Amino acid sequence: MPSIIVNGNVVEWEEGMTVRRVLHKMNYTFRMLVIRVNGKLVKKEDWDHTLVPPEAEVSVYHLISGG
Amino acid sequence: MNRHILYQDLFGGHDPELLAKWQKATVGIAGAGGLGSNVALALTRAGVGKLIIADFDVVATTNLNRQQYFLEQVGRLKVEALKETLGRSNPFVEVITCPERITPFNLAQFYGSADILIEAFDLAEEKQMLIETWQALYPDRYIIAASGLAGVGKNELIHTERFGRLFIIGDGVSELTEGISPISARVAVVANMQANLCLELLARLEVL
Repeated sequence: MPSIIVNGNVVEWEEGMTVRRVLHKMNYTFRMLVIRVNGKLVKKEDWDHTLVPPEAEVSVYHLISGG
Repeated sequence: MNRHILYQDLFGGHDPELLAKWQKATVGIAGAGGLGSNVALALTRAGVGKLIIADFDVVATTNLNRQQYFLEQVGRLKVEALKETLGRSNPFVEVITCPERITPFNLAQFYGSADILIEAFDLAEEKQMLIETWQALYPDRYIIAASGLAGVGKNELIHTERFGRLFIIGDGVSELTEGISPISARVAVVANMQANLCLELLARLEVL
């Protein structure tokens, strides 16, 4: 069964899995995120149509206000 | 004071190789609040040659508990007040001030010549806009952002995350409480880690 790694967690891969689907599956509900799939930044407007390939490494980072 | 002697006094104690790289460098600082004002001061004292600082805000008394401004500067544009303070610690620094809000449409105009950009905004939405715009325009240039700096203590949680050319410094978890501002020490720790990383990256850049 193919899988992906999301912030160090092994997650089952799904056919046609988008970045949005990964966020939903992980219950990541923060509004502000920096996301990289295999090292490449995925912009917010691309979350719905960017496919996450099997064995991908996904990094999700939550940006917090303050400065 | 003789400028040549002053220059020697300020920078004679630096590694000449590092100093040469820092002096040739242009660093963009987006925001001149708790993060930006501290980053600017650290880079100025280290001898970075040119800073481009953007912030549309004016100094308020509520800023003085954590930002590098002083009572007599209240009401002035932050970028102008900061430029004056920077010049008082190192008169050799060149400071370009942009008293405007940074948007995806004017970022290149202000920061196009910056070797490295420091994200020093307050709001998460603005941080994200800056990071995405910079990375789309200049995929091979570094950007150093901050996230998670509210509160006091918890030194051990503050760290650097790297995503390619993007670095994010902070604890990644401490949210601001409504009506409570960041605290001087912790925001300055994060700001100085941003400045420290910036100096390290500049020292490594081959061609500036």
